Amino acid sequence: MVIAIAWRNIWRNKLRSLVVIIAITLGIFAGVFSTAFMKGMVDQRIESAIENEVSHIQLHHPDFRQEDKLKQFIPEAGQKTDSLYEIEGIEAASNRLSSNCMITAAGTGSGVLLNGIHPEDESRVTNIHTKIVEGSYFEDIPKRIKPLVIGNDLADKLNVKIKSRIVVQFADVHGNPVSLGFRVTGIYNTDNSVFDKMHVFTRYQDLQSAMGVPEGAGHEIAVLLKDNELLEEVKTQTASLFKQQEVSSWKDISPELSYLNDVMGQYMYVIIVIILLALLFGIINTMLMAVLERVKELGMLMAIGMNRKRVFFMIMMESVFLAVTGGITGILAGYGITEIFGSTGIDLSIYAEGMAAMGWEPVVYPAVELETLAGVTGLVILTGIISAIYPALKALKLNPAESIRTE
Amino acid sequence: MSIIEINSLTKVYNSLAVPVHALNGIDLSFEKGEFAAVVGPSGSGKTTLLNIVGGLDNSSSGKVTVDGINLENLSSSQLIDFRLRNIGFVFQAYNLIPVMTAMENVEFILQLQGKPKNERKERAEQLLTAVGLEERMHARPSKLSGGQQQRVAVARALASKPKFVLADEPTANLDSKSSENLLDIMEQLNKEENITFVFSTHDQRVVNKARRVVTIEDGKVKSDENKS
Repeated sequence: MVIAIAWRNIWRNKLRSLVVIIAITLGIFAGVFSTAFMKGMVDQRIESAIENEVSHIQLHHPDFRQEDKLKQFIPEAGQKTDSLYEIEGIEAASNRLSSNCMITAAGTGSGVLLNGIHPEDESRVTNIHTKIVEGSYFEDIPKRIKPLVIGNDLADKLNVKIKSRIVVQFADVHGNPVSLGFRVTGIYNTDNSVFDKMHVFTRYQDLQSAMGVPEGAGHEIAVLLKDNELLEEVKTQTASLFKQQEVSSWKDISPELSYLNDVMGQYMYVIIVIILLALLFGIINTMLMAVLERVKELGMLMAIGMNRKRVFFMIMMESVFLAVTGGITGILAGYGITEIFGSTGIDLSIYAEGMAAMGWEPVVYPAVELETLAGVTGLVILTGIISAIYPALKALKLNPAESIRTE
Repeated sequence: MSIIEINSLTKVYNSLAVPVHALNGIDLSFEKGEFAAVVGPSGSGKTTLLNIVGGLDNSSSGKVTVDGINLENLSSSQLIDFRLRNIGFVFQAYNLIPVMTAMENVEFILQLQGKPKNERKERAEQLLTAVGLEERMHARPSKLSGGQQQRVAVARALASKPKFVLADEPTANLDSKSSENLLDIMEQLNKEENITFVFSTHDQRVVNKARRVVTIEDGKVKSDENKS
């Protein structure tokens, strides 16, 4: 019955309660939606980085990160790639050759990372083959041609088109300079312009002998998992199977993405706590007014035998009801709008260039986890409880005999 | 044994510039089943006396025992429980819970006592019928007249089966017809169920109905007249 009284009490002054409830609703909605928006962006960035750039797991020679990395290849990488499929949770794996090189065309040049890939394997691991905007992804290549697939930002920079001739220079495993002629056969475009400028692809067989690495060797085995949740488990399993190789997850390779991912988890709570802190004072103010205008009634309740615990509980419940009514409405609104935009996306194409420079996609799909919403609900209830303390203590200090006689 | 025993009771308010002796050595006792009025001019100390007897205020010296229990020996939380189980209050301004119906107001005190729902409902219905409000049980106080609200207050005061009812100027805000009606109801309950009523009042109608009239002036008992 105390709970029923508390609930009815908050509707005694409808306008005042509604003002607080609307403030809480808007605050929580803004918090939920803005963080869902940020989380959506980060999730997409990580997803696209995994799908296009780093994959879930990479295997290298332990000294691969040293300067003369061309020599640090994995022997019989092709076989190792095949045996990786035995590990549960691995969706696909691809063996690559990789070298820093100088690429020149019609007078201009650029430093890029040249990858020698098996197109069929690679298209199971990365998404580059779906990002082709001109030409093709190693399809129908005439016999005498060495094909090259490059990013459109690099194509613009070098001023080249499909069929343009390109010369690639690098040093082979013995340190001898090598110069190879390629034809541009495909141009791709991901949402990360930095990646597009830096990565070019050719076939494994067009690079292997020129680099001077043994048949079947590779510099990098990229592994795609069935689910990111399996990351640590598969990484451990892979590492125990290939003790000679360095096994790194995308978190090791791109620590900035891993950091972003971790920070997003905290970010929502920081924003919500700041918002709730501001709302806390609003609720305290409302509850204080509610207590002070009911001095006579509270005095009567204590006179007829309502003990302090119950009085405190009643005021606390009023405060919690205010907070939760606003909080739940805000969470539902935030969740609803997030779900709507989560399927339609928010088109920020007008900023596409700037976003692409940072690797962000131009259409953002906000995302929020139910677990996070449950956490926010908990915080809202806590806010209700905390904001009741001062007004409730004020009520407990009332002298019933005096309070009853106040007008 | 008397249900209320008051010995050499004094109350001094020291918070003012000059100490005020609200009660100045009161000796009184009330028996079970009394229908008594405490009268006196404003400031005579009758409300202070009722507050102390009701466990709402402390005395400066002297002793108040209710059914053998010395109120001074109770802590403030024990006093709340004591009031809940032993005393029914009727206030001048009705003081019902505005967000609850008449029925819920009466039931509330039984819930505080921890009574089960069906017992609460039965007793509340019985009491509201006794005060003539069987038709208005589910109305909130704002939909009731002053007289009806005060009858709900009487029903509430009786709900917990108290040892006595303290009524502080219960008719002060009522018109004469409602006052008569309320007094008749209380008198009837007093006679039929032997419930002890102690009023503080200015109202001559209450004084006329009362079987005992205690007059207080300047914090002292000036006269104590037993009409029966």
